[in-house]
Amino acid sequence: MRSHQLVVRAQCTVRLSHRPALHVKCLLSRYPSKRFNSHVAQSNRPPRVAIIGSGPAGFYSAYRLLAKREDMLIDMYEKFPTPFGLSRYGVAPDHPEVKNCEDKFMEVASSLNLNFVGNVDVGNDLPLAALKPHYDAILFAYGATKDKELGIPGENTLDNVHAARAFVGWYNGHPEHRNLDPDLSGETAVIVGQGNVALDVARILLSDVSTLSKTDITEYAIEKLSQSRIKRVHVVGRRGPLQAAFTIKELREMLQLPGVSFDQIPKDVFPPDSVISGLPRAQKRIMQLLGKGSSNDPKTSPKSWSLDFLLAPDSLHGSPEHPDHVSSVKFSCNELDPSDPHSPSSKVIPKTSFDGQRDHVDIPASVFFRSVGYKSLPLPGIEDLGIDFDTQRGILPNDGFGRITSLTNKGKPEDLPDGSLISHLPGLYCAGWVKRGPTGVIASTMTDAFTTADSIVQDLAKNGDSKSLLHSPNQSSGLGWDGVKAEAQRLGLRPTSWEDWLRIDNEEKRLGGLVGKPRVKLDTWDTNIFHEIIGGGIIFH
Amino acid sequence: MVFWKEVGLQLRRVPKSADICLTQSRRHFSSRSWTNTGITAQRNVAPRSPQQWQHNTARRAFSVSAQAAHGHITPPKAGEEINITFIDKDGTKIDFQVAEGDNLLDIAQANDLEMEGACGGSCACSTCHVIVDDPDTFDKMEEPSDDENDMLDLAFGLTETSRLGCQVLMTKELDGMVVRLPTMTRNLQASDFESK
Repeated sequence: MRSHQLVVRAQCTVRLSHRPALHVKCLLSRYPSKRFNSHVAQSNRPPRVAIIGSGPAGFYSAYRLLAKREDMLIDMYEKFPTPFGLSRYGVAPDHPEVKNCEDKFMEVASSLNLNFVGNVDVGNDLPLAALKPHYDAILFAYGATKDKELGIPGENTLDNVHAARAFVGWYNGHPEHRNLDPDLSGETAVIVGQGNVALDVARILLSDVSTLSKTDITEYAIEKLSQSRIKRVHVVGRRGPLQAAFTIKELREMLQLPGVSFDQIPKDVFPPDSVISGLPRAQKRIMQLLGKGSSNDPKTSPKSWSLDFLLAPDSLHGSPEHPDHVSSVKFSCNELDPSDPHSPSSKVIPKTSFDGQRDHVDIPASVFFRSVGYKSLPLPGIEDLGIDFDTQRGILPNDGFGRITSLTNKGKPEDLPDGSLISHLPGLYCAGWVKRGPTGVIASTMTDAFTTADSIVQDLAKNGDSKSLLHSPNQSSGLGWDGVKAEAQRLGLRPTSWEDWLRIDNEEKRLGGLVGKPRVKLDTWDTNIFHEIIGGGIIFH
Repeated sequence: MVFWKEVGLQLRRVPKSADICLTQSRRHFSSRSWTNTGITAQRNVAPRSPQQWQHNTARRAFSVSAQAAHGHITPPKAGEEINITFIDKDGTKIDFQVAEGDNLLDIAQANDLEMEGACGGSCACSTCHVIVDDPDTFDKMEEPSDDENDMLDLAFGLTETSRLGCQVLMTKELDGMVVRLPTMTRNLQASDFESK
């Protein structure tokens, strides 16, 4: 029962689905009023969805939505001029295979039904309230924009104390972190936290620069790393080996780094063989690998690293000569709770000496990184949509399927299979790290995004296609970006389109080709191509 | 303007190869057969007809180029076809005849089965996880490498006979193999609402 326009449109999509579509698409999106005929009867118009964020969560959601509903029209908002979020700015440059997911994202974006709106920071530059009237559903996929702090003395006062997140952003050309300029002239680095980000930081610090220089790592990072004198990295955790968060691939890489030895883990902190043999497969394999360690001889290896367990950071200290620059970290010693020492969820208790005093250890550190997790923040204005951000868990409260729920029962009550009640906020969804917290690999985000997309498609079908989820029947303008654009213009925003990104992408690859790298990221917006695209206006702040 | 000229030229080049890939993959598997195993009785899966299948592929416009990008499979020579059966997430059985050396991810993608290869088949994710139906067939296969096992450790619904599709190359010994795509459906759990 589709309108004539939509049938034609669908045929166009099929015909244009190969790459040439891009050319046509860009013509259309330069004149977006032709993109979609707004005079199509409201009751037959396609559903309009806004996705906030263009990282893996946003793109995998869009992919699934379009696979399930060919008529859906999606506007994807991104605060940076460039797409792909943590795939571009988070994945380590020496893991290019992980970024292959971008090939899929490029395909998804080549669909006429997806409209990329870059360089528009929803919530900060463009109020969420400006979006709401024009959509049937809004999906938040903006990830985790901050990192957790340790809250210890010296963390915010001493020089050369960094968030691992900022360091990762620095070597990846993240616009907010390109000026980090870490001091790597000392010999010892201490990283607090034992997840994959911590191992990424350790690996970049210990890797041979000639290997890294062939990746898309930024030039300034290569320059800095080639002068680095770091030869010892401590990766410190509060709990024991069984509770560490890194995954086995990252650990194996660290243990195979050429010229880098690994300190054997002391027997007293390592679980006994009887425990290891009874572990589930994944944990057992990690423990076996840890027990084996590295084959690199400490005597002949110029660099080394260690996993230091059962140490909680207490305070950071400068030296008498350089009181403002970090030089050592004081840790308080822990021990595993004797009532349950060998499970991934084991807790720790303070370790004390015979006299009842807490044991302490000092580790020298010429540079310090905290890597104890990322954290999502509430987008300004979400309260106007009735959303109460869960500050305790750092997520948008949801039903596990991506439907945002109200903690204060402001929404539509629904029964759960177990008989309890849940309060949904119709038309509001979330996916990725802002939905389930900042853990998991891209594959987990994909599964998670698919789940959310399926919920949206289900809810649309349940609601009857003529009705908007976000509004009472027929109250949404259904215009999407075409309805929002005027307000964005009034606010002086300069959005980038998908075609702009393709130009940037092309230029980055061209520059990379000249120096034997996959791409050279344009990490400042102060380049000709951005001036051309955005017309020299404000771009980034 | 030079840029647009370049883009135009590049774009014109792509569909040719895409078309070739597409028609190739369509031609080889014209003999697909559909049966319902009935293993998901609760969900009352109806057997899909080939017509429905056609409709689906046409509908998923943008995934067409996915096949061009990933699903590189070779046509089996007459008399050398290897039989393989996929059981998809709905419990539907689909049979294919394939050539030696093709991997399961490429076969699945060339035939529009619901299998992602997020890392492009480079053994860097677990999205092409498959479960070999028969343990004896699993034992006949080469041992997974450490790298593959490392990724399988992160797979959702890991079993004793799990493999990554991108790492399983078809051989004559595997003729008649049945592989299952793991279901990713999850039920609401109390832990979804707990603070971690």
